[in-house]
Amino acid sequence: MSILVIAEHDNASLNGATLNVVAAAKAIGGDIEVLVAGSDCAAAGDAAAKVDGVSKVLVADNAAYGHQLAENVSLLVAEIGKNYTHILFPATSNGKNIAPRAAALLDVQAISDIISVESADTFKRPIYAGNVIATVQSSDAVKVLTVRGTAFDGVAAEGGSAAVEALASVDDAGISAFVGEELAKSDRPDLTAASIVISGGRGMQNGDNFEMLYKVADKLGAAVGASRAAVDAGFVPNDMQVGQTGKIVAPDLYVAVGISGAIQHLAGMKDSKVIVAINKDEEAPIFQVADYGLVADLFDAIPELENSI
Amino acid sequence: MKILVAVKRVVDYNVKVRPKSDGTDVDIANAKMSINPFCEIAVEEAVRLKEKGVATEIVAVSMGPKQSQEQIRTAMALGADRGILVESDEALEPLAIAKCLKAIIANESPDLVIMGKQSIDGDNNQTGQMLGALTSMPQGTFASEVEVADGKVKVTREVDGGLQTVELNLPAIVTTDLRLNEPRYASLPNIMKAKKKPLDTTTPADLGVDVSPRVQTLKVEPPAERQAGIKVADVAELVDKLKNEAKVIS
Repeated sequence: MSILVIAEHDNASLNGATLNVVAAAKAIGGDIEVLVAGSDCAAAGDAAAKVDGVSKVLVADNAAYGHQLAENVSLLVAEIGKNYTHILFPATSNGKNIAPRAAALLDVQAISDIISVESADTFKRPIYAGNVIATVQSSDAVKVLTVRGTAFDGVAAEGGSAAVEALASVDDAGISAFVGEELAKSDRPDLTAASIVISGGRGMQNGDNFEMLYKVADKLGAAVGASRAAVDAGFVPNDMQVGQTGKIVAPDLYVAVGISGAIQHLAGMKDSKVIVAINKDEEAPIFQVADYGLVADLFDAIPELENSI
Repeated sequence: MKILVAVKRVVDYNVKVRPKSDGTDVDIANAKMSINPFCEIAVEEAVRLKEKGVATEIVAVSMGPKQSQEQIRTAMALGADRGILVESDEALEPLAIAKCLKAIIANESPDLVIMGKQSIDGDNNQTGQMLGALTSMPQGTFASEVEVADGKVKVTREVDGGLQTVELNLPAIVTTDLRLNEPRYASLPNIMKAKKKPLDTTTPADLGVDVSPRVQTLKVEPPAERQAGIKVADVAELVDKLKNEAKVIS
């Protein structure tokens, strides 16, 4: 077995999601190599070389890969990927953008969002908003997978000493260009990596009221998320959405505030270790998955919570 | 310009789907079926581009059983001009769907393809990207804003860190995210008119596409159920439980 892991990085450093993907690669078993495609990405390549269990790091350093344009990176992955039995991406927005494109170039049916490795060709993945878990077997020669980070404990970021090899090939499809980005800046932990997440829903009523959640979050070192309803209503930006089509989180503690608990939201958080629901509607479906439910007006409960932690 | 919109017939988003007791498949025999919500957003975006005078024709395409005609009619009631059904009783994988769409694109030569980022049954989030690879078209996935100008399309994308904007040469593929628009309701006169719009039917075999599955589903099962929890009386009890019982805060 020879496995190619596609690194998630920002050129300067490695994103933690990569460590979860290497863990999935270890579960498959075999030789693990990591591709770092980017621009001025030597630092990310060096970080990948230190990751536990990695035997070789391939660095493709070119402006064409700088913003992870799928049109360019997929050509590179398809070109080198045919020499591997498995190609693994994180199920991040980048991974989801590139993996299917690379798979189709290899004439492979990719498998999205795996949550367990049963054998080298058999995997489990959630379907129907996580209401069903399917065990699927691939008959393609190369397996192209995206890995749900919350389902695999990341390997150690340090301890390895893989060889780093520079790739000369440049794939620039020339059909797409990066224009710009607006990235959320926050001192709070990343939503998908935080050990505590506090999310607000429609019950928050407006964006200003999220300030109450930020105060609690800052006391607990928590990240702040939101339900689709809160994002659609414009209370908070899209990168905070937790759910079937947003971010998947599985922290030690998830606090759902003013969230009714639609199945699409539960799909994004029900693997959390401990779930707390605060909602004034005692019939809200969120209480069916909550370990601790508090039927209360959030505008009373949240300030009180802030003062008692 | 001509826009091709792909729509899929799926179990309605309000239905909680469960596995059959023998674990062979999901139990959806009598479930309510609808147009995939992301596909509905795709149709709405195409209609808005036509209303702005950017697009001149909208072709709605679906792949699936005969009943998928209903979802094509839904797209027509929202404003699509005509429809194509690629009829197949087999469940089609994203790669097979992308290959069928490629064959249709070869006949139709659209300037823009708009489709949902994922269907809420398989949750694969693959078809648009695969179609991009097969047609060598650029892709603007997870779109929250689409602007066509000067032979290009500018797409604002919802990404993990926030928003990213890319500019794509036409023809291009756009896959929709939730915030792109809010689909309208079809009016009764438009629903009636949709019944008279042309709808062609073809098959994967007619298109010369091999749709044999590459991935076999061995088993389906329910996810691990969470134990029902307890209700706490007040914030003080909640904090006490979190500190001393669950030990998740200190």
